Amino acid sequence: MANVQLTVNGKAVSADVEDRTLLVQLLRDHLGLTGTHVGCDTSQCGACIVHIDGRAVKSCTTLVGQVDGANITTIEGISKGDELHPMQAAFRDNHGLQCGYCTPGMIMSAIDIVNRYGADLDEDTVRHELEGNICRCTGYHNIVKSVLDAASRMKLSIAAE
Amino acid sequence: MYSTTYHRPATVDEAVALFAKGSDAKYLAGGHTLLPVMKQRLAAPSDVIDIARIPTLIGIEASSETLTIKAATTYFDILSSADVKRTIPAIAHLTSVLGDPAVRYRGTIGGSVATNDPTADYPAAVLALNATVKTNRREIPADAFFQGLFTTALENDEIITAIAFPIPEKAGYAKMRNPASRFALTAVFVAKLKSGEIRVTATGASQDGVMRVPVIEQALAANWSAAALEGITISEEGLMADIHGTSDYRANLIKVMAQRAVAAAG
Repeated sequence: MANVQLTVNGKAVSADVEDRTLLVQLLRDHLGLTGTHVGCDTSQCGACIVHIDGRAVKSCTTLVGQVDGANITTIEGISKGDELHPMQAAFRDNHGLQCGYCTPGMIMSAIDIVNRYGADLDEDTVRHELEGNICRCTGYHNIVKSVLDAASRMKLSIAAE
Repeated sequence: MYSTTYHRPATVDEAVALFAKGSDAKYLAGGHTLLPVMKQRLAAPSDVIDIARIPTLIGIEASSETLTIKAATTYFDILSSADVKRTIPAIAHLTSVLGDPAVRYRGTIGGSVATNDPTADYPAAVLALNATVKTNRREIPADAFFQGLFTTALENDEIITAIAFPIPEKAGYAKMRNPASRFALTAVFVAKLKSGEIRVTATGASQDGVMRVPVIEQALAANWSAAALEGITISEEGLMADIHGTSDYRANLIKVMAQRAVAAAG
């Protein structure tokens, strides 16, 4: 057993867990944050992606010890109250989700992509950068559309702040 | 995953001391090979010793002759490095087609080289560029380092500290990716060293892991061009065959990827 202390969606968390606990297990089973999904469990599908210190990482392939002291953001932590994050709003407006299983990981990856590239995103870049996120509904066309739409919205919202 | 004990030492010496105490310890870097294997219960180390954040293992240095990438440097940092792009752009390209963005934030060059997965990218670059693998004990030339499937010259408790790549005259990398895993279905690294030596390696192809391809090296020594490889036949003997591709498919891929890599190298 180990004690880990981290920040999850802005709140300090202290947990006594076995060393073999994965970050996704801590989030889902211990903290009840079930928005982060386990899809393939083999590091390929990206449904479990969360932000660790601002970087989109697969929480199914991360031990809690590795994130002791880190700042974690999950899908539950990106909206401002009832106001959706621009990436969430763009997915809704562009029909960027079908069954929705991959969506939390897609959104967390997509925010990271826009953070790195800014609004200067093109379709090829988005498709290449989303390689680590698999959608079994094969809804990629509207997902890419959503990310491109969100990139321009996020630029506007950054400019407005 | 079976039970284990996690450690995060601050120095290489501390890591080695912790390794000696464990009954069956393993070093952990990015964890994107070890953790999946532990989750499948194919590995059950008593202790995992996290060396990913030891400061002396992180960083990139370039001189006029050598590009040195320290072992725990992540793929993301390699891909973001102006020194890498300037000195050996083929390594920047290789890194850009390795895994996916989330994997590149965590995976490290030392982890890839120490694991020596037969479909990994970095072993191809290390062997083709005749790099030196530096450890906490010694320096190992690439030709002596890779010793077959998941096998290297490393002692159990030895830690790679850095990889030193001689800056080549030309180098190129071309990869046919497995679209789901992003590992190499077959990829080829071609290099013309400043000494004039030509070294060509293939990964994802051989049952013994990364390999040199002498027949292509000879053809390129006579004529450095993609066209020079047109008439070449690669033997399928010893190549992998699985649900993703037969051995003769991989043999053909070696030739085609080598041609693309030469074209990319210029």
